[in-house]
Amino acid sequence: MLVNPTSTVHPASVASAIGKSSVALRCTALVKRYVDVLAVNELDLEVYTGECFGLLGPNGAGKTTTIEILEGLTARDGGTVEVLGQAWGTTGDQALRERIGVQLQETQLADKLTVKETVRLFRSFYRRGREVDEVIRMVELDEKRGARVGKLSGGQKQRLAVACALVGNPDLLFLDEPTTGLDPQARLKLWDIVERFQASGGTVILTTHYMEEASRLCDRVGIMDHGRIIALGTPGALIESLGADQILEFSTRLKLAEGTLELLPGVRGVRVRAEGYSLTVSDIGTALPALLAELDKQQAELITLTTHQATLEDVFVSLTGRMLRDA
Amino acid sequence: MPEIREKLSAEELADGSARDERRQGSERQVSMQGSKRQASVQHNVEQTSVRASQSLRDRTREGALNNARARHPLVELTLVRLREFTREPEAVFWVFVFPVLLTCALGIAFRNTAPEKHRVAVESSDRSGSQSSINTMAQSLKGSADIDVVVLSPAEAAGALRSGRVDLVVRSTDEGSQRAQSSPAPSFEYRYDPTRPESRMARLVADDALQRAEGRTDVTRARDERVTEPGARYIDFLIPGLVGLNLMGSGMWGIGFAIVSARTRKLLKRFAATPMRRSHYLFSFVLSRLVFLTLEVAAVIGFAWIVFGVAVQGSLVELAVALLLGGLMFAGIGLLVAARPRTVEGVSGMMNLVMLPMWLLSGTFFSSERFPEVLQPFIKALPLTALNDVLRGVMSNGTSLAANWPELIIMIVWGMVSFALALRLFRWQ
Repeated sequence: MLVNPTSTVHPASVASAIGKSSVALRCTALVKRYVDVLAVNELDLEVYTGECFGLLGPNGAGKTTTIEILEGLTARDGGTVEVLGQAWGTTGDQALRERIGVQLQETQLADKLTVKETVRLFRSFYRRGREVDEVIRMVELDEKRGARVGKLSGGQKQRLAVACALVGNPDLLFLDEPTTGLDPQARLKLWDIVERFQASGGTVILTTHYMEEASRLCDRVGIMDHGRIIALGTPGALIESLGADQILEFSTRLKLAEGTLELLPGVRGVRVRAEGYSLTVSDIGTALPALLAELDKQQAELITLTTHQATLEDVFVSLTGRMLRDA
Repeated sequence: MPEIREKLSAEELADGSARDERRQGSERQVSMQGSKRQASVQHNVEQTSVRASQSLRDRTREGALNNARARHPLVELTLVRLREFTREPEAVFWVFVFPVLLTCALGIAFRNTAPEKHRVAVESSDRSGSQSSINTMAQSLKGSADIDVVVLSPAEAAGALRSGRVDLVVRSTDEGSQRAQSSPAPSFEYRYDPTRPESRMARLVADDALQRAEGRTDVTRARDERVTEPGARYIDFLIPGLVGLNLMGSGMWGIGFAIVSARTRKLLKRFAATPMRRSHYLFSFVLSRLVFLTLEVAAVIGFAWIVFGVAVQGSLVELAVALLLGGLMFAGIGLLVAARPRTVEGVSGMMNLVMLPMWLLSGTFFSSERFPEVLQPFIKALPLTALNDVLRGVMSNGTSLAANWPELIIMIVWGMVSFALALRLFRWQ
């Protein structure tokens, strides 16, 4: 099941209004093999200028490998990559690096340096870029300007990493799991920064395994699993592809008779899990009374019942049968 | 310019927050309805906002350009090296304090005192008859100012000789009956280890004293003129070697640990993702080494000069040139050793492997000429041997740098080849 709603809502039309280079990044049939695993498996991807594109998937889906190939840091075993109209591995690599900003998943910046010294170091690598103080202000680290990196909190360190990526005033920003391990407030701050960058015309490609992050930040999302993109589209369209508004989860004391839930009105899909049942429901108004009536009829005794609006997580679950986080 | 910039950032902010609202609104709607119509509205709005902000962005870029006063990356990288180093108290200790302490300890251990006496044991005997001749012998030996005499039992004497507490054991072979019959003079037996120079010396001195006591006279007259030339003491030999050793150690450790820890922290990978020139990164280590080198060498040489009176015999400028070359050479070798390892343990092992032969062979504590002839070409080609020879030439012998040209060439080749190789082999991930 490959969802591709881009044909209906095509950001390319947005991009073509801007200029010739509507595609900021393109890769085709990308392959990366490690000794015993195929990390990236024939992956095709296009990211349009000015959009925020998210690679959403569980750990080990191949997101980091993919993004590091796109950043020109990891060699690929097959396929083509074109970043801002240029391939990696030419004499123009240096010029291309002037135009991209990178935040890596596991970089630990030097603990002994201060925030300002760190940003200034990164600034010196670029021929043109933003002012050091301006970038520090952008990531809201003004007060920590003189603090040692080692003394910063996780969220502050991550914002500093983004500052280092922004200091060259890039056209294209790569963020690899920018908010993993951060508390909700720190996450919100980081999202603001990314949104402001995009609002100023920058293109963003990020990886995440948080569906909230993908649906908040990304114009389009590619859901990744086992080195492939298994679904691609705007968050809204992907959720819509489930044909459901609501996810209804419940558990009962007794097991329900098989095949009875599928027959209920408004139910689009049924999944039986260890802890209970999960229904994909198109119309909660008819499905819920019908479900309660059915439970009553079977005398199954309801223990818990929750409903939530369908999310990207549910899209992932419906595609792979696994949860994003424990996949 | 500042006014425009301020205005722009306000605009930017307004744009961002407007977008926030729009986004949150549309997100709510999308999740409620998920309708295609909503999404397409969102994109239409974006279309204009992107177009507008693109031109805004171009203008910000101009602004940033005009205000940009970034230092050269090499300067910035070198400053970072210096800062990181000086903020690491342990590193400061090992680079500055430790060499001075080592110099101090060795200087005291090998300080020039009155010429050392030869330690001679006279073997005692149980036989009553020989007791007097043993006493005479001990007396004759005590007559020489250069000899310390002890009388020990045969077993004790053998033990003392074995453990190095005495250099020589003198045994009287003068048995009463023998003396009467054949020989008019007493006879002695010397027991010593001929491979120990101090034992051979002790034998000569003791023999001389005993022979004189028995009445030997000198055939010709000789006069002693005692001189202690500056630059000829052991400490004068030692200091240039310690300086060389220090340059090697701090070059290797200072560079190796910094690079490998940056590699394990993925900092090198992050740098590789910027337009930073890779040679700049490596060269910043060389430059920062030169700064530290000046300080650490000044500490050791200054200390040796003040405390032990070790003066530099040659030209200070030439000494500086020699030190500079040595520092560059070991920075290059340090970079090469650190080019591949992924762990601090790995690089430590490699550095020890590289340094150990030079610790032993390169003539820091004793002259490398003591090693067999076959090894000499190999020893001479070692970086530390070349540096030590050059430093001794300038510091102790006062010869010109040009006299040591083969060593200088060896040093330059080591430095350049290892830097070039390091740049090629360097692992950035």
